Amino acid sequence: MSTDAGTAGDIGTVDSRREGDLWRIVLGGQWTVAAAAGIDRALKALPAIPNHRVTVDMAQVSALDTAGAWLVWRTISALKDQGIETELISASPAHTSLIDTVARNAVKCPEPPPRRNAFVSMIDRVGSATFAVLYEARDLINFLGLVVIVLGRSIVRPSRIRLTPLIFHIEQSGLNAIPIVGLISFLIGVVLAFQGAEQLAKFGVEIFTVNIVASGVLREMGVLLTAIILAGRSGSAFTAQIGTMKVNEEIDAMRTIGLDPMEVLVLPRMWAMVICLPLLAFFANMMGLLGGAIMATTALDITFFQFARQLASATTLWTFWIGIIKAPMFGFIIGLVGCYEGLRVSGSAESVGMRTTRSVVESIFLVIILDALFSILFAELGI
Amino acid sequence: MTAPATSGAAAETILRVSGLRTQFGAEVIHDNLELTIERGEILGIVGGSGSGKSVLLRAMVGLIRPAAGQITVLGKDITALNDAARAALQKRIGVLFQDGALFSSQTVAQNIMLPLAEHTDLPPALRLEIAELKINMVGLPPDAANKYPSELSGGMRKRAGLARALALDPEILFLDEPTAGLDPIGAAAFDQLIGELRQALNLTVIMVTHDLDSLGAICDRIAVLLDKRVKVGTMQSLRQDTEPWIHEYFHGPRARAALDHIAGVDDQR
Repeated sequence: MSTDAGTAGDIGTVDSRREGDLWRIVLGGQWTVAAAAGIDRALKALPAIPNHRVTVDMAQVSALDTAGAWLVWRTISALKDQGIETELISASPAHTSLIDTVARNAVKCPEPPPRRNAFVSMIDRVGSATFAVLYEARDLINFLGLVVIVLGRSIVRPSRIRLTPLIFHIEQSGLNAIPIVGLISFLIGVVLAFQGAEQLAKFGVEIFTVNIVASGVLREMGVLLTAIILAGRSGSAFTAQIGTMKVNEEIDAMRTIGLDPMEVLVLPRMWAMVICLPLLAFFANMMGLLGGAIMATTALDITFFQFARQLASATTLWTFWIGIIKAPMFGFIIGLVGCYEGLRVSGSAESVGMRTTRSVVESIFLVIILDALFSILFAELGI
Repeated sequence: MTAPATSGAAAETILRVSGLRTQFGAEVIHDNLELTIERGEILGIVGGSGSGKSVLLRAMVGLIRPAAGQITVLGKDITALNDAARAALQKRIGVLFQDGALFSSQTVAQNIMLPLAEHTDLPPALRLEIAELKINMVGLPPDAANKYPSELSGGMRKRAGLARALALDPEILFLDEPTAGLDPIGAAAFDQLIGELRQALNLTVIMVTHDLDSLGAICDRIAVLLDKRVKVGTMQSLRQDTEPWIHEYFHGPRARAALDHIAGVDDQR
């Protein structure tokens, strides 16, 4: 029986025949990794060997690498395990030494741990994820306490605030965010005005579009969008910056020099966020109203004067303050989560990416929760 | 393909670098660099920090495109290959990066099986058998097979990276600082492993190294990167060299400690 194996160019052959009470397996051609798939098939197709003596003849093997040597060794040891006397003949010294090397290293590795029942592992995952969230919440609250102490200390002694990094982060997180915050708020003003007008036109009270834009932008959208943009822009940057420093052992170096990372890294970032977010939110409010006004005056039959008068009657100072009051708190949360996740980075670059993603999701989540709580509070207070 | 190992066979050039020029922007790293490597030898590449050792290695494996010159690996000019020919050539060389460069989302066994799955049509069972064989050959404990790279020590990661580099039985093995960051015992064991694998698999090994012990223990020839060129010689010939940097390198206090037991005799003559 003869079987060709492999494709043209890389051919290893296995040939077996009976010679009296001896069974001879003749190997030939290229016994290399490129031909190994075909050789493996040919070896599996070998007939059951009835004799008690087998010789494996390697005289015609022209090339052998570890994959080929493995196949030779595996065949021989399988035969020996069946109690068949097996002998390797006509192998060149180099081939013999390679097969010996393979034989020395033929130690079976342990099986990978079996996969568990899908249902059990799902429950397990749900359980451990729940605990992970709870621990995370606990640690975040711990960190909150730490930050409050550091912030409080910095209020009592403002000289502890490092001015250069503070200005740097205000520029990075605040000043540089102006174009994107402005554009998005402007567009949201346009959208609110357009959607509002379409609905209110059915009742013939298109002028109330101004009320929708005013309370929508001033109370909610302006500050919320600013917070979401900053969470994506700056919260993630905080995590990545601090996380990379952690990977480089810069944080440890700081501690050994006697610098407190809370004061050097966290404090300026927190202050920058608390300062920038209200300012940006104010800018976002103005741009949102401008978007609404431009939409109202160009696409709807509302003059700019009507818009201004309706705006004045629709809003009180509180409408404005309700939005702005929330801004420093949102800034605080974004800075808190960004720095916390950055400091939680462990060792690898992979963990920086994971923590950065988590930082953005967590801070947006917490910002919206806080926003909802504020809505309830203001509704209860009747403002 | 893989010819049987016979030391003393006629020297065959396996890799030739001629007129190589690499530069980043205006900064020229190598200029008109010439280097020839023969089948079966272990060549060490040394040089000061920033002399372009790793850049040379990267150019030789085709990761960096030279600004000028030719790099002929296994008879093919790697600067002028199409994608298919380049992939075919990549199968015949193995590279071990400094920290192993294992794929972190996969276990050691999966890392080693990846090139086998990509470049051969081996059935999964045989792929696993070969991966296990390589794990044992590089001296990893069998239970490392199912571990992730993050669970391994630096030395074990290097061994696992070596096993992956050896997965397809390459003819040329490139090593980037294989013993950096290993303790002396681990480093010596790694040197010994490289030497044994060279014997068993008829490998040609090109290694960038700072380790004078490795140079003395396993390298047949040493290429010193100096002034954008290389100067190639054996340990003995380079020790006689009068060029100041080379003299300092092979006669400094660390060199003396590392090398005196190898070549100290001819110094005292």
